[in-house]
Amino acid sequence: MNEALPFARLMQGNEAIAEGALVAGVRFFAGYPITPSTEIAEILAKKLPALGGRFIQMEDEIGSMAAVAGASLAGLKSLTATSGPGFALKQENIGFASITEIPCVVVNVQRFGPSTGIPTAPAQGDVMQARWGVSGDHPVIALCPASVQEAYLLTIKAFNFSEKFRTPVIFLTDEVIGHLRERVTLPAPGSIPVVNRKKPPAGLDTYYPYRSDRDGIPPMANFGEGYRYHVTGLVHDEDGFPSTKPEVAAGLMHRLHNKITDHLDEITLSDSLMTEDAEIIVIAYGAVSRSARRAVKEARAQGIKAGLFRPVTIWPFPEKEVRALAGRAGALLVPEMNLGQLKGEVERAAGSAAKVTGLNLVNGELISPGEILSQIKRLKMVNTNAKESRKILS
Amino acid sequence: MQKNLEKYFRSEKLPHIWCPGCGNGIVLSALVRAFERLKINQDQTVIVSGIGCSSRASGYLDFNTLHTTHGRALAFATGIKVANPELNVFVLMGDGDATAIGGNHLIHAARRNIDLTAIIFNNSIYGMTGGQYSPLTPYQSMTATSPYGTLEPTFDVAELMKAAGATYVARSTTYHASLLSRLIRNGARHKGFSVIEAVTACPVSYGRKNKMGNGYDMLMWQKEHGIPRKKAQRLTPEQMRGKFIIGELHSAEAPEYTESYGRIIEQAQSSL
Repeated sequence: MNEALPFARLMQGNEAIAEGALVAGVRFFAGYPITPSTEIAEILAKKLPALGGRFIQMEDEIGSMAAVAGASLAGLKSLTATSGPGFALKQENIGFASITEIPCVVVNVQRFGPSTGIPTAPAQGDVMQARWGVSGDHPVIALCPASVQEAYLLTIKAFNFSEKFRTPVIFLTDEVIGHLRERVTLPAPGSIPVVNRKKPPAGLDTYYPYRSDRDGIPPMANFGEGYRYHVTGLVHDEDGFPSTKPEVAAGLMHRLHNKITDHLDEITLSDSLMTEDAEIIVIAYGAVSRSARRAVKEARAQGIKAGLFRPVTIWPFPEKEVRALAGRAGALLVPEMNLGQLKGEVERAAGSAAKVTGLNLVNGELISPGEILSQIKRLKMVNTNAKESRKILS
Repeated sequence: MQKNLEKYFRSEKLPHIWCPGCGNGIVLSALVRAFERLKINQDQTVIVSGIGCSSRASGYLDFNTLHTTHGRALAFATGIKVANPELNVFVLMGDGDATAIGGNHLIHAARRNIDLTAIIFNNSIYGMTGGQYSPLTPYQSMTATSPYGTLEPTFDVAELMKAAGATYVARSTTYHASLLSRLIRNGARHKGFSVIEAVTACPVSYGRKNKMGNGYDMLMWQKEHGIPRKKAQRLTPEQMRGKFIIGELHSAEAPEYTESYGRIIEQAQSSL
């Protein structure tokens, strides 16, 4: 086979994440076994050594997140993978990586919760944990794939974002995608851009590890490269040392937020299907968006102007995009495998411009196209009835 | 400060935050004296610390320094050492930090026999939060959270580390400061997981409540209660009651984690 040509393979979602991570340049993985994410660890345990990379199974989830941050500071692109209960334990050191601006990727293959829940059943219950699981205000990038192909490519993107913006990136997938097997077209090696962290120039008299460039992101020296600096989870000044000065604390907090919000156009990824003329737009992410896509197509076949908006970046929430959709369509339908975590965000963005309806299933099963289609039809009926009554009234 | 030791400090960050009579400065001094004897390369050395009084030490030292989360210093250090085994990695922790919230990381770092040098500043108390009991607070001590005396027996951290698989275990006190420095030096030279318990004094949060006097009195307590290993062999269990052994307590040879992993990498790459 000619290695330079793209070729296709049957791959499992978790495998695609592991393979994507390798393309992105991951050279360190620390984790703790947890269903339904474990394949990622198993594959990387096998494959990393040949690439000079390193795998370690830590004593717990907390330790694996700490090891990931440490390894990244020592210069290796680092990954961990877990599921809801493990994700909860990792929050402490995700917060550390956030305030100390250590690039890393955290995969959460969501399962039914809370607590041990149903380890083998899918859910989307960690949408808010991904956003607010860490103590204190902090910026978050969370990405959500809808296919095995996308899991592969989006993992590379996750690493690129983490390296560019010096932040942990949450890869928020679910058991359906993690265990799904699909055809994946592997792009030719070298054809996908891979971003590496920005380094300070050599030979500086003084290196300020937290003095940002105009893009809000400070260049990062790795431990052992000659710039000896201090890293702390305490609020710190540009020199990296602790400070309790109000202006330093506020400056750090705002810069951490702004380095993400100033680049929303680059970070916000989404996908749309027939939204231009749609009266009813389904907003769905992850595995549920697959059912939604089918439902929208069937609705169109039945003459209903339905559309699909699929946030790929779910944090930061695509507020501007949803506001525009709300202005266009009268009804937004948000099917989720939770009790309405993203729906609240959609409502906030839509305001009074559109009516937002949730379709929430929390039984450990994927929402089916039929369930979404019948909601679309119901909303269509409500719309029609409302138009009729307006006609009668006028 | 001795001129030859100044280069190890970020002098502009001094004076330190520690209370009058605190022994942490003596431990820090023993550490930098060990650095000087080891002729350590500061660029190639990382100092990781947890949370608490002692863990502020990292900020004063001119190295690659990482002040982590409470109890997690060894897990961060493990990531650093595995990612780049060329780096010398020292880990500074307090007694509560290392043996309570970080207890799991402590026993597993020892079990892996990863080449880290861990120093546990044992001042018998959570000092920074105002004097609550830790797993190393002596039985029946008075503390802010044991107003009727502690009910919990303590760990013998040296025995714990030996049982868990650490291949270098030693203990000294801030009174026996030159011994402490020598043990740190030997621990750093040892290939594998080395742990040195440094018995230090917290006159403010521990000594005061337990009527142990000031910093000087507590140093004298260490002098009387820390018994060198050889001398201890001559004493009866009765004579050793309430005392503890200082010196090198355990040393063994065992495969070191990052070296073993390095061989896996070599094998994987040679079979490509």
